[in-house]
Amino acid sequence: MYVYDEFDRTFIAERAAQFRDQVARRLSGELTEDEFKPLRLMNGVYLQLHAYMLRIAVPYGTLSSKQLRKLAHVARVYDRGYGHFTTRQNLQLNWIKLSDVPQALEELAEAGIHTIQTSGNCIRNTTTDQWGGVAPDEIEDPRFWAEIIRQWSTLHPEFSFLPRKFKIAITGAPHDRAALKIHDIGLRMIGNAGDETGFEVSVGGGLGRTPFIAKVIRNYLPKQDLLSYLEAILRTYNAHGRRDNIYKARIKILVHDLGVQRFAAEVDEEWSRIKEGYLKLDSAFVADIRSRFIYPQYEDLDDDPGSLRRALATDAKFALWYRNSVSRHKAPGYAIATLSLKPPGKPPGDATSGQMEAIADLADEHSHGEIRVGHEQNLALPHVRQEDLPELWRKLDALGVATPNVNLVTDIISCPGLDYCSLANARSIPIAMEVSRRFEQIDKARSVGRLHINISGCINACGHHHVGHIGLLGVEKNDKEFYQITLGGKADEDARLGQLLGPAIPYEEVADTVERVVNRYLDLRLDENELFIDTVKRLGIAPFKETLHAVH
Amino acid sequence: MRYIKNGAVAADPFVYVEGDETVPSDVSAIVSADWLLSAAKQQIEGRSAPLGVNWPNDRPESELAPFLPYLSLIALEFPVFRDGRAFTQARLLRERHGFKGEVRATGDVLRDQFLFMVRTGFDAFEVKKAADADAFAKVLHEFTLRYQPAADPQHGFRSGFTPPFPISAQERDA
Repeated sequence: MYVYDEFDRTFIAERAAQFRDQVARRLSGELTEDEFKPLRLMNGVYLQLHAYMLRIAVPYGTLSSKQLRKLAHVARVYDRGYGHFTTRQNLQLNWIKLSDVPQALEELAEAGIHTIQTSGNCIRNTTTDQWGGVAPDEIEDPRFWAEIIRQWSTLHPEFSFLPRKFKIAITGAPHDRAALKIHDIGLRMIGNAGDETGFEVSVGGGLGRTPFIAKVIRNYLPKQDLLSYLEAILRTYNAHGRRDNIYKARIKILVHDLGVQRFAAEVDEEWSRIKEGYLKLDSAFVADIRSRFIYPQYEDLDDDPGSLRRALATDAKFALWYRNSVSRHKAPGYAIATLSLKPPGKPPGDATSGQMEAIADLADEHSHGEIRVGHEQNLALPHVRQEDLPELWRKLDALGVATPNVNLVTDIISCPGLDYCSLANARSIPIAMEVSRRFEQIDKARSVGRLHINISGCINACGHHHVGHIGLLGVEKNDKEFYQITLGGKADEDARLGQLLGPAIPYEEVADTVERVVNRYLDLRLDENELFIDTVKRLGIAPFKETLHAVH
Repeated sequence: MRYIKNGAVAADPFVYVEGDETVPSDVSAIVSADWLLSAAKQQIEGRSAPLGVNWPNDRPESELAPFLPYLSLIALEFPVFRDGRAFTQARLLRERHGFKGEVRATGDVLRDQFLFMVRTGFDAFEVKKAADADAFAKVLHEFTLRYQPAADPQHGFRSGFTPPFPISAQERDA
């Protein structure tokens, strides 16, 4: 956990007070909606189809139980008693009243939670691997660096009115659990020839109507140069990014137009002038940030305790959940438990206030008071004693957050879609609910194996459909909802964009078609070890095209 | 429009000289970028009154370098509120080129940018709305802290923030 001190608390409280004043000026008519818009966006307030929406940051996906209780409280008092976890480690409240936002922000600030820069054309919440600090394959906890970036980017005076939004993701492990390659900047921690660690820097990833996979512009960036290099990238982008067309304003377009080499050269030119300056991170500052992260005192335990082995041998349902949702922890005798927010037939990523409070209690009891939020829209308890797992599972199951479908076909990533969003062309959540019902029998989902379905209700691609193994994109045709299907996308270290299967199909045919695609895969795969994504890679999308026409 | 200098509303000593109007050498004048770049040496160096330039936000600030010794003022433009290119220009003029004259914000200048402008090196403001100009001091006191160094690097990371202008308690509480 990062522990806020008086400085951080004061800053957030001052920000909440400032926004209270801005809201008052909007409500009195002193500010026009046009003038208010960038201000509310930088405080995470959107105007949706039916109501305002508040997007709350969960920096690097780490929450204390106290913070999760506060989120539950705010969702209950100022919204409809539930929240929606997003693909960027945020929580969205979909029905808040503008006049209630200042009070909600003050309450959140009391728990060290804020909405700063969760929207707007500025540097957004920096996201990380949700297993930072506990993943066995990790080189270093990426969250220190995310926190340093958070502080540097918060109300940055030069970079608060960029051409477009700007998203940074960071991982401390070789395996990419943070979807780096679809971010404006992706930072991957790596070792150099010596004993040091630094970052591989990629730039220009992003989805939307012109999707790009990020390209590496620096193979090794020493850690002390992190902020000067980021500032050089942002300065190049702020000065040269396009502002004449919002669809061409992301850094990915600038990188594409200039070419990655020329872009990198311009960044290097700027960087050479500032790298030895005041942004160079000295070890005392880094040590200070690091010291604010409190780690649990792990007990001296062994892996695979007898009680766990007995439970696995005797309780098939527990064993099923364990094999699906429990991951290795770097401390012996501990485990990471993922909590699925994707029960079949329910909106993906939603949690009620009651569930949040119960999860906070379980975190206190079993996970040193800590909860993680991942970009797949699930939660995790990161420090669970392996011997506690059977008991924890029973409690999670009773809460409805132990569906053993993590990474399976029903673990669908979805944007809110036309049910909430004013940008959407089509519904996303009902599609996710219907598809997940088709694979409700867990044996069926398990026989399919790892398969990521991603759904976006419009070309802005908040559901990351381009990088879903199966991607569904809602479009509008003659006032009706249609969906394009792509296959073969991935968001990990081998990120690639999916390929379009064929013409868009109507809403009513989507679930049937997805089922046919999955069945076709089951026919085509070499054996049950060949994942869907590998079959598509081996054979291409051609053998799947017939699934589109089966009903015509 | 209200002009703010040294933290308070003031009378603007400069006049803008547009397009191909004659630039009087004995009046404090803000000329266009085109005039400055095409002017004869004598027109710039032989003046008896201060010279300023109205510099567009899509032109590199580095083109100004040879003229800086003769300039008392550089006006940087915000064509719309959300176009933040001039923040970069201001920082570079202050930090890279060491420009000590007036850096003035023009265009769509609203109170919600004041803090960012001050922190990137602006010290004069053409404020669109009178109410915003009146709130200048109050707005700069909304934050007592800042996380990152910018055109105010001397305090490093995580430091207190004090506006670089004298502001009376009365104004602050207004």
